[in-house]
Amino acid sequence: MSDIKKFLFVNRKPPYGTIYALEALEVVLISAAFDQDVSLAFLDDGVYQLKKGQQTKGIETKNFSPTYRALEGYDVEKLYVEKESLAARGLTEDDLLVDVTVLSSEEMGNLMDQQDVVLSF
Amino acid sequence: MLHIINKSPLGNVSLDSCLRVAKSGEILLIEDAVYAATRGNAFEARISEALGRLKIHVLLPDLEARGLADRLMDGISKVDYGGFVDLVAANKNCQSWL
Amino acid sequence: MSSIEVNGKTYETDEEGYLVNLSDWNMDVANYIAKTENLTMTDNHWEVVNFLREYYEEYQIAPAVRVLTKAIGKKFGPDKGNSQYLYELFPYGPGKQACKIAGLPKPTGCI
Repeated sequence: MSDIKKFLFVNRKPPYGTIYALEALEVVLISAAFDQDVSLAFLDDGVYQLKKGQQTKGIETKNFSPTYRALEGYDVEKLYVEKESLAARGLTEDDLLVDVTVLSSEEMGNLMDQQDVVLSF
Repeated sequence: MLHIINKSPLGNVSLDSCLRVAKSGEILLIEDAVYAATRGNAFEARISEALGRLKIHVLLPDLEARGLADRLMDGISKVDYGGFVDLVAANKNCQSWL
Repeated sequence: MSSIEVNGKTYETDEEGYLVNLSDWNMDVANYIAKTENLTMTDNHWEVVNFLREYYEEYQIAPAVRVLTKAIGKKFGPDKGNSQYLYELFPYGPGKQACKIAGLPKPTGCI
C-alpha cells in the first residue's frame, strides 16, 4: 500500500534521568497500531536504554527495559544502534537486551535520509 | 565542598565544567551522571585524572538501575541514600550542578 | 482515589476501576471485578487473564489487543487466537476488560 510511511524514532537520552526514553517507547507502542514502517535508532546516551541488567528497585522507578523485548510482538523489528555511540560508552552488542543492527555513523545518516518522518527524543 | 552532578558527561557539560573549576573536595555522581563512573566510557580518562585531587562517589541505586553496577571504575566509592546524607552533612557546603 | 472492597479488605483503584497496585491482585479480587463487569469467570476467561499476567510479568506492559490476539493464537491455537473468540469472552474488549480483571493497567495504545 502506498500510504505506508517510513517512520524513524531517534533515541538519544539515557533512561530514568528524564522521561524522554519512556515517552518515546510509549509513542512507538501506540504508533505500532497504525501499520506503518517503523524503525528505532539508538545513538549517543540513547544506547544506554538497551543495557542489560537494569535493576530499578533502589530508585523506586518502573524498570521499562523488558518492554523493548515486547517490540517484536508489535511487529517493530528494526532496531538500529550506532557503533560509535556504543564504543564511546565501553559497550558492545553483547551488552544489549535485544537483537539490534549495528550501524556506522555514515550508515545511520543514510538511514535518517531514507525516512518520511523522523521523530527525535 | 561537595559537588553533586546528575547529568551524563557525554550529553551535557556539567561534569566537565565541575572538573575544570573544582580543585579539591568531593564529587557525588547521581542519576544520569553515574555513567561517568563506568569503565570504558569516553569520559573515563577525565575521571581518572580528577581522582588524584578529588574524592569521587557514586550513588549505587542509580548505578544499579542503569545495569552498570559491575562496571564501576576503581577508585570511586559507592554510597547509598544514607551515605548521600552523610556526605552532605560532612561538607561545609554543597553545589548541585544542574 | 476510588476503591473496592472484597472480603472486608479495601483495594485502591483508579476512577475507571483498574487496580492501582499490581500486587493487590488475587483471584477473589478478579472475580469481584468480573462481577462488576457482568462477567462470570470460566476456565477460558482465566486462561486469558493468566496469560495477560504472565505477559505483563515478562514485558512490563499490557499488550495491545492485536498483539494479545496474536500471542494467544501462538500459545493456545487459532481457535482462540482470534478477536471473535476473545470478544465473546470479554464483550467490552479483551484489552480493557481482561486487563482490568487481571489487575493490570489499561493497555498502552488503548484509547
